[in-house]
Amino acid sequence: MTQTILHLGVLSAFGDAFNFIFHQQVARTGKVMVGGPDQSLHLIGQHLKVTFLALAAALAVAVPAGVILGHLHKGETFAIAIGNAGRAVPELALIAFVAAFIGVGLINVTFAFAVLGIPPILINTFVGMSQVDRNAVEAARGMGMNDLQIIFRVELPLAVPTIMAGVRTGAVNIIATVALASLAGVSTLGDYILGRNVYGDAGVIAGAILIALLTVTLELVLAGIQWALTPRGLKLARAGAAT
Amino acid sequence: MTGLGAHLPLGAVVIHQHGGTCQADNGTFCFGWAADNFHRYTTPLLNHLFIVVLAVVIGFVIAFSMALISHGRGWLIPAFTGTTGVLYTIPSLAFIFLLLPITGLGWTTAIIVLSVYTLQIIYRNTVAGLANVPVDSKDAGRGMGMTDRQLLWRVELPLALPEIIAGLRIATVSTVAIASLMVFANVNTLGSPLYQQITFKTNILIAGGLMIIMAFVFDSLLLLAQRLLAPWRRQSRRMAT
Repeated sequence: MTQTILHLGVLSAFGDAFNFIFHQQVARTGKVMVGGPDQSLHLIGQHLKVTFLALAAALAVAVPAGVILGHLHKGETFAIAIGNAGRAVPELALIAFVAAFIGVGLINVTFAFAVLGIPPILINTFVGMSQVDRNAVEAARGMGMNDLQIIFRVELPLAVPTIMAGVRTGAVNIIATVALASLAGVSTLGDYILGRNVYGDAGVIAGAILIALLTVTLELVLAGIQWALTPRGLKLARAGAAT
Repeated sequence: MTGLGAHLPLGAVVIHQHGGTCQADNGTFCFGWAADNFHRYTTPLLNHLFIVVLAVVIGFVIAFSMALISHGRGWLIPAFTGTTGVLYTIPSLAFIFLLLPITGLGWTTAIIVLSVYTLQIIYRNTVAGLANVPVDSKDAGRGMGMTDRQLLWRVELPLALPEIIAGLRIATVSTVAIASLMVFANVNTLGSPLYQQITFKTNILIAGGLMIIMAFVFDSLLLLAQRLLAPWRRQSRRMAT
């Protein structure tokens, strides 16, 4: 009996959350209307905007650095240290640090979340580039390619799967944490999940559902891109190795 | 559309200790305030330590059992890797609130979220460690007449130990970081002082610093454990995520 009641309670809580996403309702604090498709879409858009800005900033720093270090086979200790340190960064402390010491607003927040994306992208780019078969590089050099040609026509294509794995990790780190931007004056879906006194449990759970869906979708899209960017030769080699 | 600052604690910092100018000016680090108020961090620090240890222990017991179950049943490995991988993808902040209707907010929710996050890393590393045991060592064990069970506990697991501990180190260090978010599950970890005075610099440096020190200490202790338990330590594989 109590079991049934518990299950109904859980179901109705999630039902209320979906209702909150699709229908406006009066805020817990009274007066204003909150939730509904308009605000939900606006916050999803904001969430994605901050995510992609931060991801772009992380890519702009981490990919060139990883490509150069990996091509030269230099700075392994440095790249691995950054990669490991990245896991130890407490997200809440990072956003608080940036808000207090640098400032609030979109640019500062973008910077904070880029920091979360850099370590996995940097280390995977480095590993991907430096693990390219030396024979392939030597063959390219023998064909008269210069360093730039080797990077763009040999090493990068072969490193793409590894780099994209890092981009996926970095992007998921960012989109999962961007909700905290709401603490530093930038609206995201964090408005819902951190604003229980305004949006109520339905709003909080709605925010959690939307963030989880966005994250899983982004992960799947990036997995598709990774597959599409993998050179056909590598796919064939893997299929051959697997069977 | 409601204005944001209206209900979030930005700027809600109330600094009313002893009226020194450092706090009032929000100086880079107020030593006086830190000395007078350090006791505020004791409970969050102990809670943080406790929840990290508990979550990693629970996560280890589950992930290690999963690895043993899938050992020798290779067809289970993709299923287990997939399940732990999907769980790992759910953002921790969202996970807390998805559990809200089921376990409410509090220690239970916090421990569930934190232990679930350790599963993927510990499971993957344990499986990789077991898979990398040299065939020669296993053959030698068999040749000595060991049963499967003896082979597992006396040959395979000891040789897999460096990779298992490598997984534990990553899991523990990330758990120290994620545990700060448990303030949103109403658990008083080091995230609580951060959240309560999010623009007060001294506070951020103390709470953030304590977390970084904690991560470093856990990491060093596990490394030490590995050196003591597996002194023969094979060349450890570099793990690209």
